Amino acid sequence: MSYREGSVVAYFLQQLVNGVTLGSVYGLIALGYTMVYGIIGMINFAHGEIYMIGAFVAVIGFTLFAGVPLVLALLLVLILATLVTGFYGWTLERVAYRPLRGSFRLAPLIAAIGMSIFLQNYVQLAQGARIKPVPPKIEGGLTLLVQEGFAARVSYLQICILLLTLLLMAALTWMIHGTSFGRQQRACEQDKVMAALLGVNVDRTISMTFVTGAILAAVAGVLVTLYYGVVDFFIGFLAGVKAFTAAVLGGIGSIPGAMVGGLLIGLIEAFWAGYFSTEWKDVAAFSILVIVLIFRPSGIFGRPEVEKV
Amino acid sequence: MSEAVPSLSAPPLLKVEHLSMRFGGLLAVDDVSFHAQDGEITAIIGPNGAGKTTVFNCLTGFYRPTSGRCALRHRDGSEVLLERYESYQISRRGRVARTFQNVRLFPRMTVLENLLVAQHKMLMRASWWTVGGIFNLPGYRRASAYAVERACHYLELVELLPRADDEAGELPYGAQRRLEIARAICADPVLLCLDEPAAGLNPSESNELRELLRKLREDEKIGILLIEHDMSVVMGISDHIVVLDHGSKIAEGVPQAVAANPRVIAAYLGEEESDEEATGNGASGGAKGNGASNGATSGGATGSGASNEATDKGVES
Amino acid sequence: MSDSASQSAGASGASPTGASPAGGMRSGGGGERQVLSAFPPLDIPAIIRELAFTTLIASALVFPLLTLRTVDSVEGLYIESRWMVSFMAVALVVAGRLGLILLRYGKMIYAAVGGVVAILAAFFLPVPSLFEVILVAGGAILALRALVDLFLVVRQISPSARAEFRDRGGVWVRRVLPWAAGLAVVFAIVLPFMPFSSRYLIDVGVLILTYVLLGWGLNIIVGYAGLLDLGYVAFYAVGAYSYALLAYYFDFSFWICLPLAGLLSASFGLLLGFPVLRLRGDYFAIVTLGFGEIIRLILINWFRFTNGPDGISSIPRPSFFGIAEFARKPKSDLPSFHETFGLAFSSEHRLIFLYYLVLVLAALVAAFTLRVRNLPLGRAWEALREDDVASASLGISRTSIKLAAFGISATWGGIAGSFFATRQGFISPESFTFIESAIILSIVVLGGMGSLTGIACAAVLLIGLPEVFRELVEYRMVTFGGGLVLIMIWRPRGLLSFREPSIRLLDRRGRLRFAVAGRGVGESLCAGATGGATGDTTSGATSDTTSGATSEATSGTTGGVGR
Repeated sequence: MSYREGSVVAYFLQQLVNGVTLGSVYGLIALGYTMVYGIIGMINFAHGEIYMIGAFVAVIGFTLFAGVPLVLALLLVLILATLVTGFYGWTLERVAYRPLRGSFRLAPLIAAIGMSIFLQNYVQLAQGARIKPVPPKIEGGLTLLVQEGFAARVSYLQICILLLTLLLMAALTWMIHGTSFGRQQRACEQDKVMAALLGVNVDRTISMTFVTGAILAAVAGVLVTLYYGVVDFFIGFLAGVKAFTAAVLGGIGSIPGAMVGGLLIGLIEAFWAGYFSTEWKDVAAFSILVIVLIFRPSGIFGRPEVEKV
Repeated sequence: MSEAVPSLSAPPLLKVEHLSMRFGGLLAVDDVSFHAQDGEITAIIGPNGAGKTTVFNCLTGFYRPTSGRCALRHRDGSEVLLERYESYQISRRGRVARTFQNVRLFPRMTVLENLLVAQHKMLMRASWWTVGGIFNLPGYRRASAYAVERACHYLELVELLPRADDEAGELPYGAQRRLEIARAICADPVLLCLDEPAAGLNPSESNELRELLRKLREDEKIGILLIEHDMSVVMGISDHIVVLDHGSKIAEGVPQAVAANPRVIAAYLGEEESDEEATGNGASGGAKGNGASNGATSGGATGSGASNEATDKGVES
Repeated sequence: MSDSASQSAGASGASPTGASPAGGMRSGGGGERQVLSAFPPLDIPAIIRELAFTTLIASALVFPLLTLRTVDSVEGLYIESRWMVSFMAVALVVAGRLGLILLRYGKMIYAAVGGVVAILAAFFLPVPSLFEVILVAGGAILALRALVDLFLVVRQISPSARAEFRDRGGVWVRRVLPWAAGLAVVFAIVLPFMPFSSRYLIDVGVLILTYVLLGWGLNIIVGYAGLLDLGYVAFYAVGAYSYALLAYYFDFSFWICLPLAGLLSASFGLLLGFPVLRLRGDYFAIVTLGFGEIIRLILINWFRFTNGPDGISSIPRPSFFGIAEFARKPKSDLPSFHETFGLAFSSEHRLIFLYYLVLVLAALVAAFTLRVRNLPLGRAWEALREDDVASASLGISRTSIKLAAFGISATWGGIAGSFFATRQGFISPESFTFIESAIILSIVVLGGMGSLTGIACAAVLLIGLPEVFRELVEYRMVTFGGGLVLIMIWRPRGLLSFREPSIRLLDRRGRLRFAVAGRGVGESLCAGATGGATGDTTSGATSDTTSGATSEATSGTTGGVGR
């Protein structure tokens, strides 16, 4: 922070880069919340754990493919992580949500909390409670601006994260608007009964929505493993809350909203940590969550709800 | 209908003036004005989407109208403006009670408890906002016995006294409808708003309902405002009918006059066909279409030639 | 894991078609079959497909995470593989699925035999302890289900007769429950003086009762008002820290702090509740979670005031109602307990005192809750839970009624918290994590929202059992999580979810409990008013003036009663 006086622009730029990187990861996780909320109107409380599982599979994968060339290892890990978390997402829906459609209002949320606790402790039992370190895989970067001895840098890893996020966003947009699954998914969001009458397999569409969300979370998990280099069984909770905040901030149910919300949360966190204090940054995240839910629960892109009588 | 004549000279119980309600770009209620008299049944009718329930929601505090005024005269002569209240203030300050289109009981509470919840404000005061109630002070005991007494009276009126200790959700549908009405009266209103009380009832239940409403008008001396699709209920017992279409009022008057009004026939019965088509599509229950055609026939039975013709038209086309 | 996967098997088993949107729905009660005699014909290829699918899913869930354990070493991570455990887990899941398939096709005898084999396998095969428990429990459930089904088929009991049977069982449980609860209370009172009682047992008793207290406190929000509070631990923390800090900074005694902690916690609850209570159910849950975490993070980060993550130690222990101290040589000017009462010194005295203290606190909460439930406030809570729109239309102010629930619940949480602080003598933010909230919530949800007896039972199960089976203690949270899911699927209202009406017109023997046999009987109670209210005096008259006067009389009396 001592750089700040002489290197205002560079310091700001560095926070911006960090914020955008972090934000795109939160955005990827937030997409899962928002898609699930859009289709069944429920909060997938266990989504954070899905992301955590993605990160753990990445740790296992990188250890397993330690001798393989980097690009291939990366590809293999991504495939493995998305595959495994996809199954977890599918099972989550099958166990905690599908049997509870039509049960009382809070039942799925309670079941999802149960799943969240279950998965967290399952991973703890299976993999141990210790923090798992992963040595940095992608090193080096570009220097953007040097000012008074402070260099604002963007690492190759950050570029990778941004590019991959953009790619996934484009793929998701295409999937929602250009494929028959996307059409079915949008139909189910509007009216499940009518969609079923028109021959849409509603159950499968909901399952696939969970799987899609899980895959995005898995990618986020892999990226975070590379970015921070440490993973433990508890990361899902905090990341989940932050990503959920992002989804709500953007307007839950809205896909561009989740991405924008994720970026905002990432930027807020980065700037808070950069200019105020790192200790209170989680307080900031939770405070934003509370404030947004209280004062603007419809978020940036959502429409306010009218009470139905 | 002869009773209605003297009360017309009295100031109206409810004055709705230039009421409008806008949802985004949709003008659901457009400059509607009408009056309702004390001790009378006023019906609001109109095809689906005419804005009837929206008017109700404005009257009962669930929506805040975009513009307009709803003034209710209390027994002591004071006037209250209903649109100023939140939904929960309507019952106590506005003294308006309502039922809902899709029955909204407290299904896991017993029938008796449902009626005691309706007397919440009185009991709450008597229990000194729970402080006195905890120690079961005599004042609360008396109030509680009185509340049970009142509840039993209305249960008897709606013929549910034997089921007082059963869960409300276990009652058959018709009984749930009656219980909801009893619960609303238990809240001690001067204006009772019933949102499609006959929806989903079979003809004999709907007859019973008509009797019940008549009895309420006689015994309770309160104004009743009624939204209804079932014309047989409306024509038989209403003193005054207001017809809405596309959010605005198209006719108003005594049942015969309304039934003879060509605009009503054109709008309401003309609309009815498309309503039935929609029903044929399998969207929302057949009850409505069924009720309406039922009503049109019985409108003819009251001797109004116009609605007879209308029935024929409906059948032909 | 096998837990969850076998559940998934169960869920998909319920909807073999899976095409209709309602296909997966189950109406609680353990998936009863409508027509018992008409089992589907055995379809071997379909079964094999199903089993293969289960194997695939279970393998995908189990192998990557369970088999390949990453282990730290000097050179970094390396992988330790545990194929045996994973194979067993998958086998367990597939076996569970097979059992359900057998039941579905009406092969009860095979299923029963399978269940017994599972139990035997648990005893004779060298499997880890968790698997043993799952094998025994799963096998027993499978065998029982099979035998019940077999009994029903053999005796040709129709579904309706079954329902009646179940109803009768429910009535019986309801009748027995108050007696059982009474017995449990008596047992709790005499426990410290029983011959088998020990220091450890009383300690566990105190722990369980603390959670009973917390569960009953949370029950007011979750069970009665129907709001899912995921941050209840915040009130617990506020209570604990209030006592610790008041004692630290101002030297206040426990007996002053206990009500103060309750009050502080309540005002805190009202403060938080005010903006939050307008929110919809799931948002409310998340916001309370957020508040709970914010409180914890503040406790961690506000180092100067709360001593941060290190916590506060040497919190004073309670005195014997300000008369005597439990220490052998009291530091304060109070005499010591054993000398005052002429007993030999024993460190158990304080423990027994704490035990009775928490027992009395719990009794207080129970008495309060049971009483309030029968008051308009309690009924308004339940009405809001059932239908808040209808409640509003009847004059119930949603905000103030929910706020009352929040405040009262917070009070009990705060009192439990300061008890916790004085019992432990040490508190730190570690004790107030989300997991703690989740444990309290599981107790309420498992026991049956709104049922005090059920919640007490659940506290004994969830807190007591892990203490008894120490070797399984590391599986506690996994079981909690899995348990929450299973309870939501099988008995969403909790184990004991009978709702006793807050008021009855007729008592159990069918006698009237109120003098309301017919019209006007209660006239002596509220002279003059009932005539108007019942309306039988005015049934003939129709003029407006009469009606106005009657109504005034009614409302006048209403007001009068109110005063």
